Order: sequence, then structure tokens, then C-alpha cells
Amino acid sequence: MAKRAAPEVNAGSMADIAFLLLIFFLVTTTIETDTGINRKLPPMDDNQEDVIIKQKNIFTVLVNGKDELLVEDERMNLKDLRKAAVEFLDNGGDGTCDYCHGKKDPASSDNPDKAIISLKNARETSYKMYVSVQNELVAAYNELRDKRAMSLYGKTFTEMQADYDNVNWVGNKERLKEKIEKIKEEYPQKLSEVQ
Amino acid sequence: MSKFKKKKGGELPAISTASLPDIVFMLLFFFMVATVMRENTLMIKNNLPYADQVEKLDKKDLVMYIYAGKPSEQYKQYGTETKIQLNDKFADVSDIAAFIAAERASKREELVPFLTTALKVDKDASMGTIMDIKQELRKVNALKINYTTKKGDVFSH
Repeated sequence: MAKRAAPEVNAGSMADIAFLLLIFFLVTTTIETDTGINRKLPPMDDNQEDVIIKQKNIFTVLVNGKDELLVEDERMNLKDLRKAAVEFLDNGGDGTCDYCHGKKDPASSDNPDKAIISLKNARETSYKMYVSVQNELVAAYNELRDKRAMSLYGKTFTEMQADYDNVNWVGNKERLKEKIEKIKEEYPQKLSEVQ
Repeated sequence: MSKFKKKKGGELPAISTASLPDIVFMLLFFFMVATVMRENTLMIKNNLPYADQVEKLDKKDLVMYIYAGKPSEQYKQYGTETKIQLNDKFADVSDIAAFIAAERASKREELVPFLTTALKVDKDASMGTIMDIKQELRKVNALKINYTTKKGDVFSH
């Protein structure tokens, strides 16, 4: 019996399939960069002088082992934390802060430079809660900085920082840096963590 | 009927597959460029928490990674408490100093002050371990840290 050759499979469309795959992956791949909240730990310094800070300039945030939030000795929901922190930072009680929009409540912080947020957590607190609280507090600072930058330069602080990091941005980076520093100085991030 | 009879008419000529290697090479190069190698095999659950006030952590060569979380399914024998992972192994809090020293030694000297420690911690981990890690980092003067998170809204997750 004559051997019949197996018919050759047409492989011409193979390239098309490969291209299709290639384009699909080209579009869907995101090269992962990690994102996160940057923090700076206080240096280990044993002979630190105790600085006396007025009680009204400290905004205490306490997270207990059951992930409950105690802000200034009152229970609070995570949702309200940002607003409370903004109110505290932007209070401007002693009147030296001419850009503050707060209530100028004498029982709250003197000015943004003196206002300190103190964060304390229990060992049993979950990491998720801790990060959420950190996030809200950073958000409070960013909100104030954004507002201030908007009124000074017509651009939010976050945008300015993004521009500064963007290599393709056309403009004077030196000037931009000065502006960013100025905003940072007006609303310094003073977040202390109790160990 | 001639001897050199033509093959049956109408049959398609075989399509050249000579360009297939090119395509394969192209794919190869693409993935070579786009792939980020995973340095560590995780032995812990590592479900990062969400946050939206995040900054990008670029300059990958200047980052030291510390992982923490509860041991994953196949490493159950190590218990259910939050554990620290450095490189490929479970580690103790006391190992962190040595780890940081080793990481610093492997970098050029002028880059050492710019090193950041990224804490990749599972969202269910307890803060006790993190506090220990932070205390240990302060001791070795590695003060720049980053709580690595996923980008997303805090309240919707």
C-alpha cells in the first residue's frame, strides 16, 4: 500500500497569532513600581532633651488593640479623622498664621509650625489599621498644602511635586523646588510616634 | 502525458516559516526587557494594605526589603504568629541589624545614606512586630522607611 504523506499544516498564520499575543502583552503589562508611604524614623538619641510642648499643641491619636480610634480622648471613626486633623492643624490660635483658615480656637493649636500630631498604637493593632491612620494623617497635611499651593501658585502641591519628579516637565525646577520648600515650611509635617 | 508532469494544480505552495524565529526573538526581547525578577520567594502571606497618599518608590537598587506577615499555607508548621522574612528565610528581629549591614556592604559607599527600607507587611500582621522592626532599624540608623502599600481607597477595601 502506498504511503500517503500527511498533509502539511499551514503555518503561515502563526506569525499573526504571535503578533496578536505580543500586542496583547504589550498593552496589558505594567512594569510594577512599588508605592508606599514614606516615613522617617526618629534617630536613636539617648540624651535627648525634653522639650516642653503645650498640651493644646498636641493632637493625640491612639489606636487600641481592637483597631478602635481615640482622638483627643474621644472615640472617633476613621472617616472623621482627616477632617479633625485638618481643623487642628489649620487652627492658628495665636494669630501668627495669616494663611490659616481655622476657627482660631484658643484651646486648639497655636499655628501649623507648633502643631504636632502624636500617634500611638498598641502592639495588637493590625497593620492595616495603622497604615489607614497614617494615610489619613498624611492626607490631612496634603490637603492643607494643596489648598495653600492653590492660592499661592494656582496649582496643587501634589501636582507641583509630580512636576518636580517628572523629567519631561518644562519649566524652572529651581523655582519649583523653592515653592515646594516654602509650602512645606508653612505646613511642616510634624508627626511623632510614641514608641 | 509527459514524464515531468506537474503536480496537481491548485495546491498552495508551502508558506515560508523563516520569519518565525524573528517573531520568537522579538517576544523574547520584549519579556527580557519588561520582566522584573522576583528576588525573594515569599513564605508569608503578603497581602499589602491600601492607601492613597502614596509616593513612588523608584530607584529599586536603593531599596532594602523586609517582609512580615503570617506564615502562608504551606509553612503552617512555623506557627500563626506574625513572622519576619529576610531574603529567603524566616528571621528573628535580632537578625535585622546583620541584614542591614550586609545590604549596606553590598552597595557603593556613597549610596548608603540614600538607602530606604521598604516594609512589605501583610495587612493582618500585628503592629507589635512592626514596632520591633522599627526599633531595630533605629538602632542601626536606617531611618528612611517606606510602608509599601497598594494604591487604592482606604474605605472601599
